[in-house]
Amino acid sequence: MLKYIYKRLLLMLPMLLGISLILFVVMHLAPGDPSSVRFGLNPEISGTARENFNKMYALDRPVIYQYFLWMKRFLMLDFGKSFIDDSPVISKILWRLPATLLLEISSLFLIFVIALPLGVYSAVKRGSMFDRIMTVMVFAGYAVPTFWLALLLIYFFGFKLGWCPISGLDTWYSEYLGGFDRFREVLRHLALPVFTTAFTGLAAISRYSRSSMIDTLNQTYILTARAKGLKETRVIFVHALGNALLPIVTIMGLTLPGLISGSFIFETIFAWPGMGRLGYEAIMNYDYPVVMGVGVISTFLTLFGILLSDIAYAVIDPRIRVGGGGK
Amino acid sequence: MLSPCIGAFTSAGGESPRDAYVTASISDARILIPFFADDTASAGICRLVFSGLTKIDKDLNVVGDLAERWDISADGLEISFFLRKNVNWHDGVPFTADDVKFTFDTILDPSTACPYVGEFTDIDDITVIDRNRVKFRYKKPSAPALNKLGMGIIPKHLFESVANIRDSAYARDPVGTGPYKFERWVTGEYIVLEADTGHYIHSPRIKRYVYRVIPDQSVGYYELLAGGIDSMDLNPYQYFIRSETPEFRSKIDKYRYLAPSYTYMGYNLLDPILSDIRVRKALGYAVDRKEIIDSVLLGLGEICSGHFIRDSPYYDPGVDGLYGYDPAKAALLLKEAGWSDTDGDGILEKNGAKLVLKIVTNQGNQVREDVATVVQRHWKKLGIKADIQVVAWSAFIDQFIDKKNFQVALLAWGLTVDPDCYTVWHSASAKNGGLNFVSYSNPEVDALIEAGRAEFDKEKRIGIYRDIHRRIAEDAPYTFLFFSYATPAINKRFHGIKPAPAGIAYNLIDWYVPEREVKYNF
Repeated sequence: MLKYIYKRLLLMLPMLLGISLILFVVMHLAPGDPSSVRFGLNPEISGTARENFNKMYALDRPVIYQYFLWMKRFLMLDFGKSFIDDSPVISKILWRLPATLLLEISSLFLIFVIALPLGVYSAVKRGSMFDRIMTVMVFAGYAVPTFWLALLLIYFFGFKLGWCPISGLDTWYSEYLGGFDRFREVLRHLALPVFTTAFTGLAAISRYSRSSMIDTLNQTYILTARAKGLKETRVIFVHALGNALLPIVTIMGLTLPGLISGSFIFETIFAWPGMGRLGYEAIMNYDYPVVMGVGVISTFLTLFGILLSDIAYAVIDPRIRVGGGGK
Repeated sequence: MLSPCIGAFTSAGGESPRDAYVTASISDARILIPFFADDTASAGICRLVFSGLTKIDKDLNVVGDLAERWDISADGLEISFFLRKNVNWHDGVPFTADDVKFTFDTILDPSTACPYVGEFTDIDDITVIDRNRVKFRYKKPSAPALNKLGMGIIPKHLFESVANIRDSAYARDPVGTGPYKFERWVTGEYIVLEADTGHYIHSPRIKRYVYRVIPDQSVGYYELLAGGIDSMDLNPYQYFIRSETPEFRSKIDKYRYLAPSYTYMGYNLLDPILSDIRVRKALGYAVDRKEIIDSVLLGLGEICSGHFIRDSPYYDPGVDGLYGYDPAKAALLLKEAGWSDTDGDGILEKNGAKLVLKIVTNQGNQVREDVATVVQRHWKKLGIKADIQVVAWSAFIDQFIDKKNFQVALLAWGLTVDPDCYTVWHSASAKNGGLNFVSYSNPEVDALIEAGRAEFDKEKRIGIYRDIHRRIAEDAPYTFLFFSYATPAINKRFHGIKPAPAGIAYNLIDWYVPEREVKYNF
């Protein structure tokens, strides 16, 4: 098992390098460059500003040379500095990460708490009124344009009813609040974004768990269990559920990169200072170092997430265990 | 909104600053050093935290700020500034002439790589005469200098030991002499400034200035209505239609003032079709600017005919009527230039080539895209086919403007208070990626621009720039379209806002909230 993990980790390295090269080249293929975004057509900015800027960041050199410069730094785990404000890319990412993690983990938690029981119950009561209503609801949630839903919720809960703040992670005056009120403010700010993110994420997990549960319930060992005269609750929760949840593990692994990279749409609408907005702003400003930083970290996490779910699978499911007695 | 358990405190005296003004915009600041701030957000915060030798008053005159007054030598080469004596930096250290010299020496130092350095390269040297006097010596007389010296001054005592100003901690924690002191900056969320009660003019009457980052404008609108923010800029649709509700009107005041920027179509004078002045004039006559203003801006604009702030004396309103909408004249000029529809397909031809022009503009500006569509229709009536291409900003600059690879560019210029227009209209600016990308060259205009730079007498300058205005309009390198109105909306509890040619922000320190309307009591 350890050998397997070790091998997989080693394999990730060339993959990561390859993807970073593609990312770098594609980024530079886009017409335009960072200096024109920043200094273009401003009468007060001198012409030398663009030259200085390009020289400072070696943007006047061939792309492949720039890539090797980037690679050299990257191998020392240095992601360079942002073109926008000269702060280190890694500190920008670390600054934005907690906001995204807070939002994504809260909503993931909510998704699982709601979606799993929903899916399992739908599967058990397959074809019932409940199942059918849920199917429609869940697909509606999946099909609704997310930005529209977000604005609608903002309108009703933030503006009309005034229950929660409309945007932001925190109020600007939190400094002057007591400890408990500060905490309450964060929770209030969290409500709308978490609910919106969770609602649109609900569909996938609940559908997966439903169909997986239906599959499992059709297995012969469930028939055996029932034939043995076990109680239905025991059949469902002990014999079926564990097996039905296996594919969900894969999905869990695949949500890992999303947890870190965040969502550009939600973060923009809710003025949430997270990774999604960081990446988007970097792309719009041709902020190459930040684009690369965010890109490489997301790539790494995707690869890592896949590995993690493979390992989790092996741990849970003896049939696909590697290296042990089986193979 | 606020829970009662906030540890509220009130300062003694009825007139101490109170409440907070919360404004919002779509992007965060980047760096809070005045001469590095090359984006709107950073520059806006810098103007509150820092102050310069001069500033602009409500009628767009250059007046003293840190400088009480100044003398200009007879040859126009030396400007001696007499500085205010009661000025302290926000950390309590007195402000002196050394800070002024230090700031401009730093800007001029090539290793600083200041983006605004071109504004100051005419400076020969700066001498500190005493604590409160500093003399600027110029290589040649420079009237625009007074406006340019409004650049924020940075404190020498903090920066002289700093090797790299860009990277220093003060770039995110600035100390200035402006009306507001820096308090806090939470990246991507908000910046909080606090009134400097010891400010040399007088303390701002609003205690805090808060800048929030709200990337989505429709969310910003709800925030404004719900009270999460106190001001934002409305677009014409929000200004006229969405805000016309009793609820909005009971909470929020709408203002408008003519913004110092104009939209135009620039013609590439190196293009074989557009190098013919008759064609360019015809294109101008064919455009109904009134209709553009009414349909695209819902009336929130004024006709533009030249490169100067409309409310300033340098703008000659007499030119407005000269090249107005006149399709008959346009048709005549095109005929004179040899364009006629010989094959009857509705598009003019000359020597077998059709009169097809491409209008390029940048993505992300709906107004410009709409203007292009209206112009396309106006031109079509005269047999001119226009194709519209909308390109992302960076690619637009890179592929079209820098390479002069365009026919018609639909863009806008922001104008400075000083009328000097060397960077846009002098023939020297047509080279090496300069801003005269239409390649306009008129020796008489060149001479006038140079004369305007060297002339300190305001009346004489008015004559010079009105002359420039008229001559450029005659040469028709652009079709000048319109100035648009800025339309800010501000919560009703703020009083003392008086729109003027300079906008509304010029008297921010005089805005106030009556005691009983105070919202943020901490």
